[in-house]
This record gives sequence, structure tokens and C-alpha cells, in this order.
Amino acid sequence: MTLAEKILAANSGKEKVSPGEFVNVRVDVVLANDITAPLSIKEFRKLGVDKVFDPEKIVMVPDHFCPNKDILSAEQAKMMKQFVQEQGLVYFEVGRMGIEHVLLPEQGLVLPGDVVIGADSHTCTYGALGAFGTGMGSTDIAVAMATGEIWMKVPPTIKFVYHGKLGRWVGGKDLILYTIGDIGVDGALYSAMEFVGEAVDALPMDGRFTMSNMAIEAGGKAGIFRVDDKTQKYVKDRAKRSYQVYHPDEDAEYTRIIEYDVSKLEPQVAFPHLPSNVRPISHVGDIKIDQVVIGSCTNGRLDDLRLAAKILKGGKVNSGLRCIIIPGSQQVYLDALHAGLVDAFIRAGAVVSTPTCGPCLGGYMGVLAAGERCVSTTNRNFIGRMGSPKSEVYLANPAVAAASAVLGRIASPEEITK
Amino acid sequence: MKLKGKVHKYGANVDTDAIIPARYLNVSESNELAQHCMEDFDAEFLTKVQPGDIIAADTNFGCGSSREHAPVAIKAAGISCVIARSFARIFFRNAINIGLSLLESPEAVDNTESGDILEVELATGEIHNITRDETFLAKPYPDFMMGIIKVGGLVKYTKRKIAEGV
Repeated sequence: MTLAEKILAANSGKEKVSPGEFVNVRVDVVLANDITAPLSIKEFRKLGVDKVFDPEKIVMVPDHFCPNKDILSAEQAKMMKQFVQEQGLVYFEVGRMGIEHVLLPEQGLVLPGDVVIGADSHTCTYGALGAFGTGMGSTDIAVAMATGEIWMKVPPTIKFVYHGKLGRWVGGKDLILYTIGDIGVDGALYSAMEFVGEAVDALPMDGRFTMSNMAIEAGGKAGIFRVDDKTQKYVKDRAKRSYQVYHPDEDAEYTRIIEYDVSKLEPQVAFPHLPSNVRPISHVGDIKIDQVVIGSCTNGRLDDLRLAAKILKGGKVNSGLRCIIIPGSQQVYLDALHAGLVDAFIRAGAVVSTPTCGPCLGGYMGVLAAGERCVSTTNRNFIGRMGSPKSEVYLANPAVAAASAVLGRIASPEEITK
Repeated sequence: MKLKGKVHKYGANVDTDAIIPARYLNVSESNELAQHCMEDFDAEFLTKVQPGDIIAADTNFGCGSSREHAPVAIKAAGISCVIARSFARIFFRNAINIGLSLLESPEAVDNTESGDILEVELATGEIHNITRDETFLAKPYPDFMMGIIKVGGLVKYTKRKIAEGV
């Protein structure tokens, strides 16, 4: 069995599962946020149960339109909080919260071998920990909150092997953008993606979170890494419960094995309006921009901010644009502050915001006007994703985003540091 | 159940931001969401759609976010079913769960244009293009999922399971 199959078998009480099989899976963590929880709560009320199956396994995070951006958002956040209080769920208030997929691993709430379902498509982020995380809708979440179980079709697994040593400004974001560019936005539809090879072995945890996070952008159900020393080290001091590490079998069956030599890979940029519309930085051309966003569940972790600071420290954000930097959690914010990164960002002329998903989905904190272009470390560049349907979003890694902020056009970090 | 309606045809990768822009996710009432269905993507959508109409689309319909608001908005806008070459997986689950009918049939999509009138028999998956007098058969649902569809969605299915103490 593959890693995904191992975890699903263990959580459905079966010796073996095969792709295409329908299984009832026991869930370890159920997640919702301020825009998906209200629908979940409404559906939960229809089920005829008073209590959730286990309040300690249900996490709600006000992150999308929180701190509340308007009255309607405030009402949704209030509804979620009232449900949290009624049921005694795990909750992080503004001031203690983070972007859900940055926060949960950081707090040790998701551990290797877990099955996590979240009413957020980027729940696949937890694959970086050797967990099976997948996004679902509000009704699925309502049912899982009531029963502790959810049905799944066991996905086939595609194995991605990354050979070689990555260049200086190349990381997890570039590997996953390159992969999506190769296989397309439905290249892994309904499949689990398993990431292996020396290039990803060398990635820090934060880079792995970035890769798993964007599995959904290839249509994937999950994007999973094998647990190694780095994973164990990350988890060791955070875990407050026991967990199980699974390894794929030697004879595991993959529907495809895709191999890449990434030793010469350049930083990648996804052009509007699909994450698969990828070009290497040397082929971008002269594209003037109006805004840069560095943050999100994709690239809002400490390593991401360190990378941005390497470019921005001592420099200046171009006078023609706005640079908005959003640490992914209060802890990331504090760590960035202590490391002098926040100081460097503010001196460079960037905005540093409290954690929120805000601009990534065109909510607030950096909405684009018609005709404006943004380089963003987020995950989607669909039409209107960050604001006006006539705006454009270019996806890139934090170093490219920072270099672009300095030069006012999409730029390679090499242009700043050489 | 038989559905009949006029087709509105779209290309590949119609994403959830196109179906319902995130700026409207500060509400979850279906009728309010329906007011903004396809707003940034096809500004005439709401004026064109009559109750019972059908969307036909290329591959990966509903890709992107997990927002259940997307199938909710489509259904509340009056669309009776979506026929596509393929669907993104979260959208697929969500639609089944909330009772928006989906049919997967590349042949039906390829041989249908906007404005055609289709008649769909959900029980058999038969899609009849009345305008062109052609009939296609959609990919059948697995028995397990048909069980959820037949009782009217996941909430009713689960409610029954809970009541039976399964």
C-alpha cells in the first residue's frame, strides 16, 4: 500500500484498502473557519444530535475575514464563536490565532498518521507531516462533527520523485508550481500525490508545507511526504498526544511515477489566470506591478519571511507599489519580530499585518483594483481571485515577491543580490 | 426524475471564484449567494438563466476552493443540473451533499452548444439533446454514492444512519 492507503486503512479498521474502494474513515481532526463554519453549523443542526462526537478534535479558526472586515463577516464569526462555546470546541481568538494551516501544525494539533478533514481546500497542507489531510465542504464537516467519521473513496497515488540539489533561490513553491505547470490543474484529479527524492528530503519543513498546500491546485486529494528526522524533530516538542508513523510498502502500487531533475530549476512564476500557467523567472519579461503580498497558508511561515527579509533588508520597496507582509500566525509574527525581520520590513516600507487570509481570496487587506497587477506568494490566480475581475495575480516564491517589490516589476532575487 | 432545460455552455476549469466570488462569502443564505452566481465570469448569467436550465462544461468544473457556497449558488440560481467532462473532487462531493445533480459525460458536452434543449433522466443517466436529437449516457454513479443521492443528500443519509443506531 502507498502512504495514503496505509493511513486510510488504519483509520477505517481495515487490513488493506485499494484505490476506488469506499471506506468509512475515522477522523482525528475536523476543521472549519469563519466562512465555512456557518454553513456547517446550519447542517449540523439538521442532524438531530445535540453534541459533537469529541470537542477536543474539532478546531475552529477565525482567519478568512477576521479580524472582522465588515458587519456580515462579524456576524459569521460570532455565530462560529457561539457554537464553539456551546460545544466546547478548540478555538483560537484573534490575537492568539493564525492562518489555520500555519497554526494547526505549529500548535501540535495535527500529527503524523492523522486523518484531517477541513472545510477549506488547503487542508491538504498537513500531508507535509505524513498525515492525510483533505478539504471537504461544510456538509461533510457537519457530518464528521456529529459522527467522527466520513466516507471517502480511496484515491490512487501518483509518486513524484525530485532528483538533484536546488539552487539558491529555489524552494518548495517552485517545485510545486513546476509540477502543476507540468501536469496541469487537474493532473492529479482525485489522486493522492506522494513527494519523494533528495531535493524534497533537503527541504525544510516550511518548504514541505508549501508543496503539500498546493496539491489541491493540481486537483489532488492529498499531497503527502514520508516522515523523516525533520518531521520528527518538528513534531517532538509540539505533540501532546501519541501518533503513528506509517511508511509505504516496498511494493506499493502507483498509478504513475513522475521524475524530475530539478538541479537547474529556476524560480517559477504562475501567470494569470491558472496556477499551471508557469514560466521560469528568466522568461517572465518586463511586467510592472502594483502590489506584492507575502504570506498565506502557502508561504506565511518563518522560513518564508526570512527569505523575503534577505532581499528587503536594507533596501526599499519601490515607490510605485504596496508591499503587504502577513505572518501566518502570532508565533510566526513574534519569531519574525525577535529575528529583526519585522524591523527590516517596516524600514523597507512594507506593511506588516496581523495574521489573516484576507487578500489571498480578495477579502480585504490588499484587494486589487481593475488593471492592477500583484505578485503574490499565495496559491491561486483565478480571474478576480484577489479583487477586480480585471486585475492580475502572479504566483511566486517569497524571494521573487520581495525582489519584485524592490524593483517594481516581476524580478529575480539574483538582480538584487548579485 | 426528468429534468429539462436550456444549456449554458462553458470551457475548462470553471473555478469556485468564478462561480461565487469570495467577497460574497460573508453570507451563507442560498438566495443571496445566487444573486452573485458567475458574476465576474459571465455577467449575463443571471439574466439568461431560466429555472430548470442546465450548465454544460469542459473538464475540472468547480476547481479551487472547498466553498459549498458554489453548488448552493448554482442550485439557487435555478440550474437543475451540471453536465461536465469532469468535476473537481470537492465540488463533486459538495454538489451531491446538497442535492445539485451532476452528470459526467464527455460525449454529451462535446455534442451540445449553448441554447440547445436537453432532457435528462437522472435515474438512468440518459441525456437527450432535443435540439439535435442525439442521446448520450452519463457515467453511472457508484452504488454507495447512489445511496446518498437517493435519500436526498448526506444530511438525510446520516440522519437515517444515526436514527438506526448504525
